[in-house]
Amino acid sequence: MTDAVTVTDLAVDRGTRRVLHGLSFSVPAGQVTGLLGPSGSGKTTLMRAVVGVQRTAGGAVAVLGRPAGCPSLRARVGYVTQAPSVYADLTVRENVRHFGALHGMGARESDAALADVGLLDAAGRLVRDLSGGQQGRVSLACALVAAPDLLVLDEPTVGLDPVLRAELWARFHALAAAGTTLLVSSHVMDEAARCDRLLLLREGRLLTDSTPARLRAESGTDDLEEAFLRLIRSSEEADANEQGHGHRSEGRARSGAPHGSEQVSRA
Amino acid sequence: MTAPTTHLSPALTAATTGRVLRQLRHDHRTMAMLLVLPSLLLGLLYLIWSDLPAPPGQPSTFDRVGLTMLGILPFVVMFLVTSIAMLRERTSGTLERLLTTPLSRPDLLLGYGTAFGLAAALQATVTVTVATTLYDLDVAGPPWAVVLIAVVNAVLGVALGLLASAFARTEFQAVQFMPVVVLPQFFLCGLLVPREQMPGWLQAVSDVLPLTYAVDGLQELGRSAEPTGRMWVDVAVVAGAALVALALAAATLRRRTS
Repeated sequence: MTDAVTVTDLAVDRGTRRVLHGLSFSVPAGQVTGLLGPSGSGKTTLMRAVVGVQRTAGGAVAVLGRPAGCPSLRARVGYVTQAPSVYADLTVRENVRHFGALHGMGARESDAALADVGLLDAAGRLVRDLSGGQQGRVSLACALVAAPDLLVLDEPTVGLDPVLRAELWARFHALAAAGTTLLVSSHVMDEAARCDRLLLLREGRLLTDSTPARLRAESGTDDLEEAFLRLIRSSEEADANEQGHGHRSEGRARSGAPHGSEQVSRA
Repeated sequence: MTAPTTHLSPALTAATTGRVLRQLRHDHRTMAMLLVLPSLLLGLLYLIWSDLPAPPGQPSTFDRVGLTMLGILPFVVMFLVTSIAMLRERTSGTLERLLTTPLSRPDLLLGYGTAFGLAAALQATVTVTVATTLYDLDVAGPPWAVVLIAVVNAVLGVALGLLASAFARTEFQAVQFMPVVVLPQFFLCGLLVPREQMPGWLQAVSDVLPLTYAVDGLQELGRSAEPTGRMWVDVAVVAGAALVALALAAATLRRRTS
């Protein structure tokens, strides 16, 4: 299987602080890869680096065989930010048509993208009159209309009702089956189960690069949330072992518990 | 890595123009103000001088000031509107999104310039018509030439507004660039004090400010029945300044940020 994205030793600094610490992984083509982790773990920064809008401090990101941000990739990579980036003073349809026009797409493709996100009924409404969840779907439609080879979606299902969320995930898998590569971030663990592949990011480091089935098998639990928790604890134990012999239990008590509970509360 | 895409695509420029005009169309109050406000302000100027006799052998004060205002008002209005519009693109994330699409930076800026240039043409047509009929503004030259200078001046305002938005983080800051960019040019353009009567160094400053040439071109039209060569030079200087400002604005659009 070919890889759509290959990240090698990627480092990113924000000011003087390092937020991504030498990540290496790849995203297989034609699959849905989930990028999971608590907020502040570096998910958005990593996605920005893949899209090519993030200044990097080291390493390399290759997308569809070219360096990320290469002009020829702009027609092939779609990016949906966490906050809806659409024009509030245009109608839903006008937004999608505009972003479609930038990719040479017409009215038919625009309406198809609107149908995909379930907004055909609201096509004539101004975006500023919609709910936050609906605005997010407009933003998604503005990326879908371009029919990109790689779709990078930053928390696309936040605030959606469960039925719609299930429909969107079905749509993501249909796109993947048709050859599109999807990189989807989320902090909701039940969405991890819907991914073909999982990347768990924590404090700017890659904790695991796995699949839901393998993660369940390795951690000995069917609950992915619990599996992640065990993974985090064991990595912290390993850290504590490395740093100071004999302070193992203390280190775990200090850093393990609060982080663990944060993970639970976010999910 | 961030090789600037400088190739122009007429289709993408047109898509941007259409989008900006659609945004304007949905904003009825802004449209109404764009079209009516300059005429109302000119009416106020007309009234304050209406009881004063014209100096013997000279054009009336309203003819002189009113004609100049036909160039200055669109410049000010378009500067304000575009600096806020571009700031909104930056803060709403739509700019970053546009820069991940095949749209090139010149496409985006020329699309903006064209959209607001068209709006300015509509505005100037209304204002010139109202001024010459309702307020009896006396212009020796043809009205189309007045509209042309008003539009070129509006495009200069658009270009400077797009550039200024790069230096503003909030809308509070953006609106304060208006006095910084507009007032010195207004003071030195020769309307308040004839340029020959200013201290030499201020004349030199005035020589490099584009609004000076717009006002000079309008004054040519006030004197001469036909567009003069000097007026065309003035128009070319203002248009050139607008292009330089657009190029500088393009340099402020960063595809890759930290």
